[in-house]
Amino acid sequence: MSECLVVVGASHAGVELALGVRRDGFAGRLILIGAEPTLPYHRPPLSKAFLAGDKQLYEIDLRPAALYEKQGFELLRDTLVTAIDLVRKRVVLGDGNELAYDALALATGSRVRRLNVPGSTLDGIHYIRTVRDIESFRERLGPGTRMVIVGGGYIGLEVAAVSVRKGVEVTVLEAAPTLLSRVTAPDMASFYARVHREEGVEVRTGATVTGFTGGNEVESVMCSDGTRHAADLIVVGIGILPEVALAEAAGLEVDDGIVVDEHTRTSDPHIVAAGDCTNHPSRLYGRRVRLESVPNAVEQAKVAAATLCAKDKVYDTVPVFWSDQYELKLQIAGLSQGHDQVVIRGSMAERHFAAFYLRGGTLIAVDAVNSPAEFMAGKRLIAARAGIEPERLADTSVPMKEFLQRGGTTA
Amino acid sequence: MKVNYIQPDGTRHEIEAEPGNTVMETAVDNDVPGIVAECGGGCSCATCHVQVTPEWYARVGQPEDIEQDMLEFVVDRKDTSRLGCQIELTPELDGLTVNVPESQY
Repeated sequence: MSECLVVVGASHAGVELALGVRRDGFAGRLILIGAEPTLPYHRPPLSKAFLAGDKQLYEIDLRPAALYEKQGFELLRDTLVTAIDLVRKRVVLGDGNELAYDALALATGSRVRRLNVPGSTLDGIHYIRTVRDIESFRERLGPGTRMVIVGGGYIGLEVAAVSVRKGVEVTVLEAAPTLLSRVTAPDMASFYARVHREEGVEVRTGATVTGFTGGNEVESVMCSDGTRHAADLIVVGIGILPEVALAEAAGLEVDDGIVVDEHTRTSDPHIVAAGDCTNHPSRLYGRRVRLESVPNAVEQAKVAAATLCAKDKVYDTVPVFWSDQYELKLQIAGLSQGHDQVVIRGSMAERHFAAFYLRGGTLIAVDAVNSPAEFMAGKRLIAARAGIEPERLADTSVPMKEFLQRGGTTA
Repeated sequence: MKVNYIQPDGTRHEIEAEPGNTVMETAVDNDVPGIVAECGGGCSCATCHVQVTPEWYARVGQPEDIEQDMLEFVVDRKDTSRLGCQIELTPELDGLTVNVPESQY
């Protein structure tokens, strides 16, 4: 890869990829294009410490600006890429200018799924993705504010946790029968529902939002069960979709994400992609996946950088995710879909336990709450496709270390 | 103040550091290779593992519970291993020297 690399997207994956190619020896022109006006920043704190006001923007920068200069990045902020011309190898910017590339990296991330019901364009309805989103309402978190959160996934629950601790009256409306239904077992879901209720959050499941009412500002939320909830502030967290419009319009292969191989190559030989926006093969699970996590963005970006520099690296790791709510540190390794057995280790009552997910006797995922050893060991056991004896796993007198020492396999 | 990071191949990075920042932040802000820090300092990922050189370990101190549990499973764990995000730099640590492990995964 010779003279000019253009990286579209300047968040976790884009920045890591740019740093990676410099580290892997690329000395040519490097243009890093971000849609947001700010310096690149860590996204996870937006629903945690940044929302709470415990951190300010400069404290969540991914890297100091000086580092980008030192590495010779041309960082274009507040800049949209509106088209890619695969044949002429150019990207078109929002202002009409074109940039020629020798190689292109797409790190366009995700966009939020939007609620499309009557009243959903009223003021006071907020989504969670950017610094601007959070800055538009975090000052309103305090006693007397009534917040309704639409969506009982990680984003909704993290916002609930921060808000209720600030004295906000919080209601979470989840359409599915349980919280976190897409991603966890019922035991985990009911644990989180219990904790949130103990903290004072009103949790309503099986509650589909059918509309909002209000003048200019939202005043209440209507649900399918006939209930109506007064609200000063609405936060919607109903999932994200991969940002693939650019790739799709350009003619790249797209299928629930920009399709890439295990080296992060797209269907065009000069283009790689990394992070939330990709659909990539998982050797571990024998299927393609699209992951929504920082570790995926960072690790896949490193492989993309290697590929761009003609180094042979394969992206093949155990998916990892974490979520912080109240004093609960949740660390997740693996994907639990398709499990046929759940083993609980530890104490839900004491709020430190892990849910291990097995399939055919093999460990495929673990959700660990305040249980770092279970998470760390679990990650290794999942990678080793270890067979586990459920009774031993549930026995807290057997340290997690022992499962690794035995090679993790049953007799 | 200065912090020294020694790579597995012996390469040494001497970094000008700010008291109040952590060993991890100092490394990441200066693009020191081998310190990944995916979770940005939340003690959730154990990818900022460093091996404090023995002569500095007493001054740096021992890990607390969560960090201890995470460290038990890092790659190439040494008695002087710490998570870089949990070591806050103070003027007394001027000259601190740590080894960067072969891998964070």
